[in-house]
Amino acid sequence: MKILVAIAQVPDTTAKISFTDNNTKFNATGVQFIVNPYDEWYALVRALEIKEAGLAEKVSVIHVGLSDADATIRKALALGADDSFRIDTEPTDAYFVAQQLAQFVKNNPYDLILLGKETISYNGGITAGILAGLLDYPFISSVNKLEVSGNIITAHQDIEGGYQVVECSLPAVISANKGMAEQRIPNMKGIMAARTKPLNVIPAYPVNTPVQYESFELSQGRVACKFIDPNNVEELVNLLHTEAKVI
Amino acid sequence: MSILVFSDASNSKLKKSILESVYFAKQIASKNNSKVLVLLYKGNDESKQQLTQAGADKIINITNEVQGMADFSVTARLIKKYVLSENIKDVVLPFDLQGRAVSSYLAGLLNCGIVSGVIQLTDISNDVYKFKKNVFSGKAIATISISGDKKIITLLPNSIQIQLNSAHSSEVIDIEEKDTFPTKIKIKSVEKNTTAGNIPLPEAELVVSGGRGLKGPENWGIIEDLAKALGAATACSRPVADSHWRPHHEHVGQTGLTIRPNLYIAIGISGAIQHLAGVSGSKTIVVINTDKDAPFFKAADYGIVGDAFEVVPKLTEAIKKFKETHHQ
Ligand SMILES: Cc1cc2nc3c(=O)[nH]c(=O)nc-3n(C[C@H](O)[C@H](O)[C@H](O)COP(=O)(O)OP(=O)(O)OC[C@H]3O[C@@H](n4cnc5c(N)ncnc54)[C@H](O)[C@@H]3O)c2cc1C
Ligand SMILES: Nc1ncnc2c1ncn2[C@@H]1O[C@H](COP(=O)(O)O)[C@@H](O)[C@H]1O
Repeated sequence: MKILVAIAQVPDTTAKISFTDNNTKFNATGVQFIVNPYDEWYALVRALEIKEAGLAEKVSVIHVGLSDADATIRKALALGADDSFRIDTEPTDAYFVAQQLAQFVKNNPYDLILLGKETISYNGGITAGILAGLLDYPFISSVNKLEVSGNIITAHQDIEGGYQVVECSLPAVISANKGMAEQRIPNMKGIMAARTKPLNVIPAYPVNTPVQYESFELSQGRVACKFIDPNNVEELVNLLHTEAKVI
Repeated sequence: MSILVFSDASNSKLKKSILESVYFAKQIASKNNSKVLVLLYKGNDESKQQLTQAGADKIINITNEVQGMADFSVTARLIKKYVLSENIKDVVLPFDLQGRAVSSYLAGLLNCGIVSGVIQLTDISNDVYKFKKNVFSGKAIATISISGDKKIITLLPNSIQIQLNSAHSSEVIDIEEKDTFPTKIKIKSVEKNTTAGNIPLPEAELVVSGGRGLKGPENWGIIEDLAKALGAATACSRPVADSHWRPHHEHVGQTGLTIRPNLYIAIGISGAIQHLAGVSGSKTIVVINTDKDAPFFKAADYGIVGDAFEVVPKLTEAIKKFKETHHQ
């Protein structure tokens, strides 16, 4: 069995967000980039665990993006992925990325395809589903536990108010949520090995994109916090009723 | 030409987020002279009336059980069938667990563009729609455009104000769905999460949340009492879930749930940026913390600098008194 993990590159969680070019582009100056946490901590680590348990022979990672992401891809290789692919194009939106991934998978079949539940940058949460729909593969969204047995996977899938235990034959597309694995820290050996692992650059497939980010604005912060005397909680209740109108 | 909203009424009464989606679809429809069609699954008279008042012009109600609907791709295939047969150009769904999975799979099946988690319609001209949506975990808002002869849009719950129009009428058709849709997914079992007040966190309008400042799971009684008095759901910070003081499904923040209730009360939570990412969209934020310099106060509307173990029980009593005098 072969596992493919799609990884996105996102600004570090504490990065200061700003925009350039008349607020039309994210300002990457001075920003540290990381592998999207869902992709790395849960999807990739679970894929590696499955391989370590002898249930898969190969784990590949794939990224749709330009060469500025190569360092981020190496981080995934340092954790233990065997090889990597980068489809060389600007990842403009989820539909476009999913199309690129779908074309790749059609040419390079994988049994289990893992993505993150969502990116912490554009917060779409849809790439995995679009990919599955394009490929006409079974799709299990928001999985917090994943087991493999031969050609059958068992997953705990989040649903409204709980989760359902589902079983499915491969190939399949899965989106990973928290719980699927425990975060790992790459070790020195992994980081050294990552330098010589394959990073294959593939030209982009010709695809139109119907969705465009036009502009950005920073969210308005709150007006100053009103402090209330801890001995006068009645005032808070009163303000919540008359001023905030939430109770 | 119509805009389709899918509404699953098989489990319970209609969710507010479905009515918001219908109302939002109506806003789009009124700008480009189209109709709102609701594909209703196992609805009753009450749900039909609510959907009509929210803006449905036509309701197709599927009365029978469709096999395999717990597989979201089956729901997507069912919707696809009606998109093709009913001359549908756009589909609007809520941005919840079901809506995300169904809408994205549908976009793949239909090979069309999709914008997820929109909070506002800003412009429609010809066949290009513009929306606003939150990005970078709520730190910024993007304006995003979508074109093409079919479009899929999901609406972030609790982000628009709706008005029901009791004078609005709709054509209602009850049908039996005879087609079956292929699925490779077998559902083995369904497990319910039990939250304190039994209010599901993603939909809760009021949320009481606790952090490491509460020192241990044995102290959660004061959180639950306050939640109960308010009729609120309970939530927690990530280290609290990671140390198994509370179940994982209560964890909010960048790597947990993103919620935007009307009221979020944060107790003993420092307000790290990753926590704020999941809650900063809340309408009103109250922070209770012993440390006057806790970063959360910068993101709060109301703050109490004090010990949770003293302040929270007092607040619970005050809420109870308030409820008694306001007969709620
Ligand atoms: C990539 C990444 C993702 C993350 N994702 C998340 C996420 O999704 N959600 C999340 O929550 N965190 C997340 N974190 C962790 C986050 O950075 C913080 O560590 C975490 O939110 C802190 O939790 P806390 O506020 O409960 O605990 P602490 O930071 O320990 O704060 C406890 C607070 O309680 C106060 N306190 C102490 N005693 C009392 C008392 N008696 N009464 C009142 N107040 C008291 C203290 O003053 C303090 O402010 C993430 C971190 C990273 C690096
Ligand atoms: N540029 C990209 N290259 C590869 N995978 C991606 C890319 N963008 C998103 N993904 C995958 O799709 C998931 C969901 O992304 P999104 O739908 O944008 O929230 C991510 O967690 C990744 O697994």
